Amino acid sequence: MMTPDSNSAIETHGLRKEFGQKVAVEDLSLSVGRGEVFGFLGANGAGKTTSVKMLLGLIRPTAGTGYLLGRPLGEAAGRARVGFLPEHFRFHDWLTAAEFLRLHAELYHIPEPVYRTRIPELLELVSLEPFAGQKLREFSKGMLQRVGLAQALLNEPDLVILDEPTSGLDPVGRLQVRDIIHGLRERGATVFLNSHLLSEVEITCDRVAFIKRGKVIQVNSLKSFMDGQLTVKVRARPLLPEVAAGLSRWGENIRVDGEQVSLTVNSEEALPQINHYLLDCGAEVYTLAPQRIALEDLFIQIVGTDGGL
Amino acid sequence: MTPWIIARLTFREASRKKILWAALALGVAFLAVYSIGFYLIRQDMLNSPRGGIPLVQNELANALLLAGLYAVNFLTVMMTVLTSVDTLSGEIASGTIHTLVSKPVERWQVLLGKWIGFAGLLTLYLLLMAGGVVLAVALIAGYSPPNLLAGLGLMWLNAMLLLCLSMLGGTTLSTIANGVLVFGLFGIAFVGGWIEQIGSALENQTAVNVGIVSSLILPSEALWKRAAFEMQSALTSLTGARMTPFSSVSVPSPAMIVYAGLYALLALALAVRTFQKRDL
Repeated sequence: MMTPDSNSAIETHGLRKEFGQKVAVEDLSLSVGRGEVFGFLGANGAGKTTSVKMLLGLIRPTAGTGYLLGRPLGEAAGRARVGFLPEHFRFHDWLTAAEFLRLHAELYHIPEPVYRTRIPELLELVSLEPFAGQKLREFSKGMLQRVGLAQALLNEPDLVILDEPTSGLDPVGRLQVRDIIHGLRERGATVFLNSHLLSEVEITCDRVAFIKRGKVIQVNSLKSFMDGQLTVKVRARPLLPEVAAGLSRWGENIRVDGEQVSLTVNSEEALPQINHYLLDCGAEVYTLAPQRIALEDLFIQIVGTDGGL
Repeated sequence: MTPWIIARLTFREASRKKILWAALALGVAFLAVYSIGFYLIRQDMLNSPRGGIPLVQNELANALLLAGLYAVNFLTVMMTVLTSVDTLSGEIASGTIHTLVSKPVERWQVLLGKWIGFAGLLTLYLLLMAGGVVLAVALIAGYSPPNLLAGLGLMWLNAMLLLCLSMLGGTTLSTIANGVLVFGLFGIAFVGGWIEQIGSALENQTAVNVGIVSSLILPSEALWKRAAFEMQSALTSLTGARMTPFSSVSVPSPAMIVYAGLYALLALALAVRTFQKRDL
């Protein structure tokens, strides 16, 4: 019998789910530390939602074990400190926003005096306070997603699982969600973000897991990824060949193309030094631009263009 | 108290979706039509040559009362299935259930809460409708049937039986399939009940057995027959000769009533078990 790691918010060992002949998740082994913002990436059909559902006890794993905040998966009491926004955010749409939040506060067993103040705060947080008395049936997709997010925060959770939290939101809404996630991180909560909006994951997450055919194939720390090697594009005039060759002291893979040079440097610190060098050599600098490997490129590198299907 | 929260939610849903109000308004209309009809028929009989005899008056009141309760029984069955058939399968299909059962609640609490909510609604409906019919007859004719509580209790058990069955179907079947299943079983029980009645009148044991088997498949018609038997007039019971949908020739035994109760409990227990285990 495995014991849960007390530093982990989410821990799974070889979770597997078969639907008849079809293997939806093959072997999910993950460890998400407390206080981490963790991105869960994969192509459509890679098993992301099935994995999330197993974490929340909505789906029973065919094999494997796991813990949520130290409690075995599927245990009701273990979900007391967990918030969840489901992918399709379908709610009882004949309730008003305030009634909906009240219902879910009751299901979290939050005492009435607490949720009486908490619900207006949350409605404000997601910019829905003018619509507190409106029925969810009349809400737009974005508004439903916002109220769903408020619902996931009712219990001031230690772990929030968000399944595509911004799919229905406009840019302003996305920015708000990003702020909410930052707020959660500051409070020390763990965020598990299932999203395929890579730019968003890039900005918000500490680490990402890439999943393909229901298997974690790589876990990357986005911080080290950010601090790591980067390609620099330089455009300077005049760019004499010996000046271009002199760039080799800061990096490698130097490729000269007329007045343009690209090279890989080890740190951002190299950029001002290159600038000084070029100026000292009598060149005018038009461009000095670091090119990060976008998460998108990494995604395609790891998951592949076949989408892992 | 999670089941209580869900029960209240079920009540509120019925109210918001205007199911409660439609049932109430049409129930009142039903009672008005019934009362007027009962009054007119009774007036007509009082003017007839033998209309003054109290025994005849009571027989008529009893027959019309059972006719009214027969309609109420049927309407309650319809209400039971129509209101509850979608509650689990609909929420599973739409994904509404995900936000509910991902809370620190047990699934059985959600299912039980829904059951309590519908049971409460249907109890109120039955009380309104059956109570209204009984009251109308009491007020107009000053007649009340024997064993009223036992009779109404059996009608209530019938509603609960179908509720448990439709909850069970809802844990695995789609809404439509569940409706087809429950009404299909109800249909078998209904026609089986008739075969038993006719068979009994003709003293055809095979036909009676067909009826008993159909009652074992779903004892809903048996519950009504027993309810009607409890409430029919002593004279009808004595002669046993009259065969109408509103009274019983072949009377289901108490064992059948126990069977029906166990049937309902088993269906509910199976519903809980299936719902606990299924993927959502």
